[in-house]
Amino acid sequence: MVERNPSPAVEASLTALAVSLRGVTKVYDNGVMALGPFDLAVRKGEFISLLGPSGCGKSTVLRLIAELGAPSSGTVRVARREGVPQPGHGIGFVFQEPTLMPWANVRENVRLPLKLGGVPKAEGRARADAALASVGLADFADSFPRELSGGMKMRVSLARALVTDPDILLMDEPFAALDEITRFRLNNDLLALWRRLRKTVIFVTHSVFESVYLSQRVVVMTARPGRIQADIRIETVEPRGEEFRTSTAYSDYCRRVSAALAPSYSGQSTL
Amino acid sequence: MNAQSPVIAKRSAAQRAMRFVLPVIVFAAGLLAWELVVRIREIPPYVLPAPSVILLTLIKDWAVLSQSLAATLATTLEGFVAASIGGIALALLFNQSKWVEYSLFPYAIVLQVTPVIAIAPLLLIYLEQQTAVVVCAFIVAFFPVLSNTTLGLNSVDRNLAGLFQLYGASKPQTLRFLKLPAALPYILGGLRIAGGLSLIGAVVAEIAAGTAGAGSGLAYRIAESGYRLNIPRMFAALLLLSLAGIVIYGVLALVSHLVLRRWHESALGKEN
Repeated sequence: MVERNPSPAVEASLTALAVSLRGVTKVYDNGVMALGPFDLAVRKGEFISLLGPSGCGKSTVLRLIAELGAPSSGTVRVARREGVPQPGHGIGFVFQEPTLMPWANVRENVRLPLKLGGVPKAEGRARADAALASVGLADFADSFPRELSGGMKMRVSLARALVTDPDILLMDEPFAALDEITRFRLNNDLLALWRRLRKTVIFVTHSVFESVYLSQRVVVMTARPGRIQADIRIETVEPRGEEFRTSTAYSDYCRRVSAALAPSYSGQSTL
Repeated sequence: MNAQSPVIAKRSAAQRAMRFVLPVIVFAAGLLAWELVVRIREIPPYVLPAPSVILLTLIKDWAVLSQSLAATLATTLEGFVAASIGGIALALLFNQSKWVEYSLFPYAIVLQVTPVIAIAPLLLIYLEQQTAVVVCAFIVAFFPVLSNTTLGLNSVDRNLAGLFQLYGASKPQTLRFLKLPAALPYILGGLRIAGGLSLIGAVVAEIAAGTAGAGSGLAYRIAESGYRLNIPRMFAALLLLSLAGIVIYGVLALVSHLVLRRWHESALGKEN
């Protein structure tokens, strides 16, 4: 079940790929090598987690997939649905912070991607309201971000990522700043959404427990420059729920993922 | 904790009331002392007029003074509008191109640090008087608008900027939907300073113009009354200028509060 750097050809033959990275490296202007070489293949509809120590280039991977930066070498391929006009619209991005515009109400925040894409106002509002309803915030469309709790802000951020109906959802440690109870709830809500919408989700986290609970595959990365340490498939009875979180299978997976992560924190201190 | 909160609320309400009551008491006490000193020591009005005399002068000379007030306010408004538009436009230009910013910003600073009272006489030589006065008000007031707007445009949330990039926002869209709203609190702060400064600029230019023997604004009245040793009228004009400054500040603060009250920390109540 543990696959180390599975050959992309084998993966591709199974199902269509949503995202593939080959030999990708990223060197920042200051000469720091943040990533790679890094290979990753994500199938359509798959939920994978990128797990690794801070500074290992997890976020860099997401930014490269979202075309918020260019790789220093290697190729990044993202499958596009036909008829998607704008480059960003096939991708929804959820940042670590809710990243809402404080001057706009919740509906306008969610409508933003559509507004920028030239969708008419009435249609945009209707779609924003639908996206808000899907994250359970239908009643808060007229509120301002500052009037919401941290968990609710994150839901708004999620609704905004979903409003363009993207094929791929990129999530950069979205729940890291939340308390554990809120986090568990949002984990469950995210799983329910994923089961319903079947988007490809690439979820960056530094929590072993969160990655095992949520994803079909946990990709463990090494310390900088980030490479793949292990690629662990999590197989269990779907749909997952609280009983999975308390099962022995869950704790076994957590132990294995932690073991794969161990070289990163038992090795030399990077501080 | 809950048992204490009404007490705290009451205390803070009392504190807020005190913030208005105390200055008023000080003001009234000061006026009373002034009036008493002038009356008891029988100081002549051309040395120091009593508050009552100033008030009477204000009423008696209202025809002249109100005209001057209108003239000064018109100049201030023109200078303020010019400074606001000029400052914001220049900041937007700087934000679009680093080269323009590097080329021009030092001169904006030079203009700011050179005392306007020293520039005013030159302006009065080269420009028509009314224009010169407005230009003075502009020179003093535009810099805070420029620097605040620049600061605001540069403090856009990095993640939000990334989000706009991700969704393929054009430059005008980014400016309109991201940069300008993000800069709005800073711009309003700059405008609040600029309001008071354009009054100062107008007054300085009027005084410079007044020494040249022309003018109609309040500052000119002060200069003119000084020559005539009409001290009560000097005080009355000064009082009007002071009130004008307070009103300008109050109006701009109110506008700022109304625009930002739904979202910005500076305009939110303490209860949050």
